[in-house]
Amino acid sequence: MTSNHSINQLRPLPNALPEKAEFLLNVDGLVTNLNNGARIVDDISFSIKQGETFALLGESGCGKSMTALSLMRLLPDGIRIASGDIKLDEEDILALPEYAMRRVRGGQMAMIFQEPGLSLNPVMTVGDQIAETLKLHQELGSDAIRSRCVELLEQVGISDAPRRAYEYPFQLSGGMKQRVMIAMALAGQPKLLIADEPTTALDVTIQAQVLKLLRDTQQKTGMTLLLITHDLGVVAQMAHQVGVMYAGQIIEQAPREQLFARPAHPYTQKLFAALPDAGRSGQPLAAIPGNVPSLGASLAACRFAPRCDKAWALCHDKVPEWTQLENGQRVKCHLYTSQMGSEESNLKVPLSPEPSTASGEGSGEEGRDSPLLQVDNLQVYFPIHKGILQRTVGYVKAVDGVSMNIPAGRTLALVGESGCGKTTVGKALLQLITPTAGSVRFAGHELIGINARQLRKQRAGMQMIFQDPYASLNPKMRIAEILQEGMDALSIAKNSDERQRRIDELLEQVGLEKSSKWRYPHEFSGGQRQRIAIARVLAVNPNLLICDEPTSALDVSVQAQILNLLKSLQQQLKLSYLFISHNLAVVEYLAHEVYVMYLGRIVERGTVEEVLHAPKHPYTRALLSAVPRIDGQVMQTVRLSGETPSPSHPPQGCHFHTRCVHAIAECSAIYPGETIISATHRVHCHRAAE
Amino acid sequence: MPVILWTDAMIFLLLATVLAAALWIRKRPHLVLPWQRVAKGSVGMVSLLVLSLFVLVGLLDTMHYRAALPEKSNGQTVYSAEVLSVFDALAIGLRSRTEKTYSAPLAAYLYAKESIETTDGKIRRDYPRLLYGGAHLADPQRELQGDVLKRTVVGALVGLLIGIFLIVVGNTVIRFFVKSRIDRSSTGQEISKDGSGIFTFTKAMKNKPFRALLITALLMAMLLGVTANLAAVYHVLGTDKVGQDVLYLALKSIRTGLVIGTVTTLVMLPFALLLGIAAGYMRGWVDDVIQYLYTVLSSIPSVLLIAAAVLMMQVYIEMHPEWFETSAARADLRLLFLCLILGVTSWTGLCRLLRGETLKLREMEYIQAAQAFGVSSSRILTRHIVPNVMHIVLIAVVMDFSSLVLAEAVLSYVGVGVDPSTMSFGTLINSARMEMGREPMVWWTLAAAFGFMLVLVLAANLFADAVRDAFDPRLNRTEAVA
Repeated sequence: MTSNHSINQLRPLPNALPEKAEFLLNVDGLVTNLNNGARIVDDISFSIKQGETFALLGESGCGKSMTALSLMRLLPDGIRIASGDIKLDEEDILALPEYAMRRVRGGQMAMIFQEPGLSLNPVMTVGDQIAETLKLHQELGSDAIRSRCVELLEQVGISDAPRRAYEYPFQLSGGMKQRVMIAMALAGQPKLLIADEPTTALDVTIQAQVLKLLRDTQQKTGMTLLLITHDLGVVAQMAHQVGVMYAGQIIEQAPREQLFARPAHPYTQKLFAALPDAGRSGQPLAAIPGNVPSLGASLAACRFAPRCDKAWALCHDKVPEWTQLENGQRVKCHLYTSQMGSEESNLKVPLSPEPSTASGEGSGEEGRDSPLLQVDNLQVYFPIHKGILQRTVGYVKAVDGVSMNIPAGRTLALVGESGCGKTTVGKALLQLITPTAGSVRFAGHELIGINARQLRKQRAGMQMIFQDPYASLNPKMRIAEILQEGMDALSIAKNSDERQRRIDELLEQVGLEKSSKWRYPHEFSGGQRQRIAIARVLAVNPNLLICDEPTSALDVSVQAQILNLLKSLQQQLKLSYLFISHNLAVVEYLAHEVYVMYLGRIVERGTVEEVLHAPKHPYTRALLSAVPRIDGQVMQTVRLSGETPSPSHPPQGCHFHTRCVHAIAECSAIYPGETIISATHRVHCHRAAE
Repeated sequence: MPVILWTDAMIFLLLATVLAAALWIRKRPHLVLPWQRVAKGSVGMVSLLVLSLFVLVGLLDTMHYRAALPEKSNGQTVYSAEVLSVFDALAIGLRSRTEKTYSAPLAAYLYAKESIETTDGKIRRDYPRLLYGGAHLADPQRELQGDVLKRTVVGALVGLLIGIFLIVVGNTVIRFFVKSRIDRSSTGQEISKDGSGIFTFTKAMKNKPFRALLITALLMAMLLGVTANLAAVYHVLGTDKVGQDVLYLALKSIRTGLVIGTVTTLVMLPFALLLGIAAGYMRGWVDDVIQYLYTVLSSIPSVLLIAAAVLMMQVYIEMHPEWFETSAARADLRLLFLCLILGVTSWTGLCRLLRGETLKLREMEYIQAAQAFGVSSSRILTRHIVPNVMHIVLIAVVMDFSSLVLAEAVLSYVGVGVDPSTMSFGTLINSARMEMGREPMVWWTLAAAFGFMLVLVLAANLFADAVRDAFDPRLNRTEAVA
């Protein structure tokens, strides 16, 4: 797959629009305030046609969800709608009394939320919860309600629906819960469905299933969809119209094709440029400096101006107005209203990067023959206890025979869906979880089975960066204390002067100010906290960093900053990374080698090019095809049915055969051995040779 | 001669701890922040004011001494066997003016009829005049009402004036300190912005908690003025069976209540904190042992356990009378022992809470990061876990206080509480049991105990609520956003 593809290959969406569709939802000048006057949603206007999908795109804290809650009039205490006009099908939503609003919610517009686990009542059966909505909005007899429930469950693709209707949410998996949520939303036959990050909490393969379900449902019922997301890939797959939100305002609005072909606003352009992919792996990503401004910031200027590299004097003292471009795209930016440059010069397409030079490749070559970390047949089993005597009745084989080599200065990526054991591998390598069997040799020293004192000597060499920057720093400790902890424990610096100097040095290295060392973590944003976490591990001069999804909790623009930092640190300090991630784009950008993990075992490994561009295992192929891509290119679609089986009872034979479309009889009998494709590329599949 | 009883020592220790903690917190902005939020709420501040008045009485009552007797033996000063407190000395009038038996609040006559010999030699059965209550009145039946009213009004006015005077003086002193501080810190420009005193006062009046605090303070000053003025010549809350002033008894009970509420906490806190955190962090057999321990302990009826322990202690004390110089020391040891037992039986709730919180915290990534550095377990516990469960400890301690004060009342009522010579809300209520069945009924002992306990516990509870709200991150999120 080459990277200089044409942009206009966006796959046409199944569009069931009548030619001259009516506008179903009209939002005009919506302003939502905190009680103290800070504007969370600031003067938002948009319209959605009947049967269309409108995507609100933006980073966290931009007011996307608050816009949705304003539409439903479900704002939390202390936040209220200050002015504006919301019309759903010519009905003025804001003028309705509360009792009429109850009819609108669920009946006219319904909403599905991000966390399917939290939006279902755990003590009610799924059927009862759907029936509740049905009773409210449709006058049906109890038998009719039952059959309608089953019908709805079938409609959202739940197999064995009559039985599932009597099950409780805990008996369903995450993807099924989200399907049930969609069924509940559909029960009232709403005209407008608001989906607030509907797939953010789900794995890519499940995300693909849910997105397809939403598209199919829309096609069948002609429902209008307001999709709220931060994921450009999801937008590329789903939306007809896109509104880009920044700091409470929509700053650009365009049909999907035009937005992806020529993003007009500098912010949108940067968002596209900040996305990592293989085409850019040699060069730093275009990170947007700084963070999304806090709520209620000054209203006198363009809100993006402080982070914009194209900003000029006018941007800092006047709020830009809407400008209509020739092709119908609308943008709020001074660049298009004035003499400053023509439209063409500003509409630079950022999506076709210069062909990458192989600059980053050569540097890691020399370390290849002496692996820094050698893992052989690592196993981590968690015993399952049962009965009064807590006898062990079985094992959860979280990690089942993983072997890997990481040479110095290289990045090895471990990819897989949640629950496949990636994080357990990372923790077992650090001996935070005691491995059941296997061997971990780090810089020539065996780590398994040595005592605590010997282990402490090796601690400095290998460190971990965690996923959630909000949970990885102790809120009661100041930055200097946090950074000092590792140095104290491993007695790195001798006296306190030296330590303080080292702390200053580290903060500089990760791009923070020296003065920040006397502050507490809550004063920093997510990206800054992740920098602090990186500085903390660097304090003990490690050779290998285990990065456990270090950017999955961050916004795209901040993710780019952190990835750039990791990359430059690797070049400066010759660090090795074990990069644990489910985000294939990030892996493609950062990694040299990729290991694909499924149910505790490595199913395919090889270099980035081999695994991601010429995958041999059907699971790898399915993973790749499930990732929504912004360039609209679709690999030959391999849609996975079902979900990952439980690691306590892995299927007989090849673990993947239950979901594999290519499975043959042999697959369900024998676990496939290693097939060598090339010197570096190996795969566990019976049909790999074909 | 100053006497330091066991509970006195405990209270001084507690006071020192609180002061040290306050100084420690002052230097840490993230710890000061929630307390500033407490200071911004009117309910919290008003209840704190009421509470501090109780604490003041309790502290005065904690400073014990034995008075020197006038006669000397062999040139050595002889001290009386009676242990008094500073509060006793201040309230000498209340303490010494004992009547014969019951008298109603603000009465001039006894509550029981007696045979009185009149001037003309006849024996008449009537209510006799009190020795002290209303003794200055010539004809109580006519003058009593007017005199009480007059003294109430005068007392209220004087109280109000003294209150205003104290507040103004206090304000000036604080402003003086603040000013000298600003002068010293070399950023002198800020004083000029300050403006005149009147201006700042009107500004302060707009500040809601300050206004509420001011009004409460003035109301309390008036109440104190009225009480003091009336108590000089009447028994404001009547007298009990042996003629002791009930107001005095109720005020003395405050110390007992506070001791039970705070010393018990001191006893139970180490148990709860150490065991709870150890169970949550270590898991494995440590967790099992601690869990079984507190499950067993909390399934024994606590009153039974306390009764058994107190009776054992009582027998033990009575077998060794030579240990105690004074009866006060003996009563005090019993009080301390009651605190210990209450503490031992009441740590389970907090322990369970802390275990749960620690279970949650040990999975936090910063703990794992520390483990990856090879930081020792004890250091992880003290540096990472303890600071992060401190808010729960604080809230639980303040909440427990009121339930312990009530527990003492119940136990004394059952008869396994404090020594009968120790005045406490429990003994007051216990004596009221007989009085309520008497005809005509004596209601004021119970009413006094009820009123004082209600105000104390209510103030403590409201304050605990304010503290909990200030420490709850969920309630303060909108404020943080804005």
